[in-house]
Amino acid sequence: MSTIVVLVKQVPDTNAKIAVQGGRVDLSTVKMEMSPYDGFAIETALRHKEATGGTVTALTVGAAGTEKILKDAKAMGVDNIVRVWDDAWSELDSNALQTVLKEAVESLGANTVYCGKSAADTGAGSTGPGLAERLGWANASNIIGAEFGESVTVSMQVEAGVANITVPLPAVISCDKGDIKPRKANVKGIMMAKKAQVEIMTANAPASTVVVANHSMPAAKPAGKTFEGGSSASQVVQLLRDEANVL
Amino acid sequence: MYYEVKKMTNKIVIAELTKGTVNASTAELVSAAQAMGGDVTVVVPCTDASTADSVANYDGVAKVIAVKSDVFAGNDSSGWASALDSATPTGTILFLATARSKDVASRLAARRGISVVQDVVSIDGNNLTSPIYSGKANQTVTVNGDAVVSVRANVFSSVGSGSSNDVSVVDASGDVKTAVQQVMERASARLDVSEANIIISGGRGMGSPANFTHLEAVADTIGAAVGASRAAVDTWDDIPHSMQVGQTGKTVNPNLYIAVGISGAIQHLAGMRSSKYIVAINKDADAPIFQHADYGIIATWEEALPVFQDALSNLLA
Repeated sequence: MSTIVVLVKQVPDTNAKIAVQGGRVDLSTVKMEMSPYDGFAIETALRHKEATGGTVTALTVGAAGTEKILKDAKAMGVDNIVRVWDDAWSELDSNALQTVLKEAVESLGANTVYCGKSAADTGAGSTGPGLAERLGWANASNIIGAEFGESVTVSMQVEAGVANITVPLPAVISCDKGDIKPRKANVKGIMMAKKAQVEIMTANAPASTVVVANHSMPAAKPAGKTFEGGSSASQVVQLLRDEANVL
Repeated sequence: MYYEVKKMTNKIVIAELTKGTVNASTAELVSAAQAMGGDVTVVVPCTDASTADSVANYDGVAKVIAVKSDVFAGNDSSGWASALDSATPTGTILFLATARSKDVASRLAARRGISVVQDVVSIDGNNLTSPIYSGKANQTVTVNGDAVVSVRANVFSSVGSGSSNDVSVVDASGDVKTAVQQVMERASARLDVSEANIIISGGRGMGSPANFTHLEAVADTIGAAVGASRAAVDTWDDIPHSMQVGQTGKTVNPNLYIAVGISGAIQHLAGMRSSKYIVAINKDADAPIFQHADYGIIATWEEALPVFQDALSNLLA
């Protein structure tokens, strides 16, 4: 029996344009969604449960507005949905966030945690390995396949190629897009998700020592040179050598 | 006007290991550390202390520590972080932002109860800037106290060499938790997009996955990696996700990125816009990719690629 937690995070739609207003990213008109890699984590968690028995709990850290992604996870088939929050929190740095997650995962009695390889907002990928360290657990990151038993055997890219690695439980495993395709929610799942209760938890967060100072747009690139016709390709090769100095 | 008293904590650079040797970008980490202020120590994880010889001549370094452990022959982040923790002084710690080092950086920060800031591309004292939303915007954070930081390659200049630093050697053991069963070696010698200085990527405009052989031919001429857009990966099973460049694939910043038959969806641009030079080959003059290209060629790939390939072969012959 496995007690599985899958971490999910709400981020802006990855197809959306991002604008900065007054030194901060303006998300007021941007559609929010579950970070794309979290879908792979949910699918992996569900397959783990189907292989060994147990429960899957989807967990997010966020204000009330983030519950939609928990309902989306429920519609895919997770058993329980949990939102961890304290209205005193604003931006949690990685130390604070991972401390909160450790407390939540321990109080749920989990022995396996899945998450996306990184969230599509920061792209940092710190949460999985950092949480594992705080729990004293093994971790594997950016997995592209998994088989489940007493331990989880994952496949992941390494320097030399693709490695099969045995990860003893308890462990935190982060999922890349790979062999495991997320299932689509069916009508029954969506109906059940509508009625599902979100369990609210809180935890103790240390003060953040890394604080956001501002957001800015990347510097615009100067206009490039455009050529017409395939024969111009030789000219471009010459420019790459003489002007850009990259060949 | 007020004066802020800044505590200059030690800066520790963890040398990046690539296939057992010190990656040249480690010299970039030293200048990144200098930009934060304080004395710079370089820690070299290794299985043989002679690995550290290649950093002994770095300028601007107060101390070099070779940390010897069997764990550094493997990939287990717990093993790496625990062995490094035992031998690394306190202070702010800098890693190169590669997949493995970002993982180890996260564990090491957690071990020390401090925060981690990943993918830094600009440093102004204790203000660190990283791309967010895969480069659609930048975020600057202020770090108070020690932190673990990963820094992108190809952003900071390298420190010079010519000094002769003493190298002290420390033996360390690590808490390895996972076990490698087998490694299926990559079939081709071609680089992965995440480690290449030149990338040539194809999109759905390539027409079929079989046509990627034309990109591979160019790649082999100039030692490039072959990438793909999400549209190509999602459309064709023969194009694996490991090739995908973009917000849900790999974020890359090579010296040269060549986009062939790629229109330039926001998703894709996010993953490659920080490339130093961008070449776009597309038959549609209105394709958004041209707004981001240093050199745009409006032509079908069938017309342009053979010319491109010939010119490269002549140039490099």
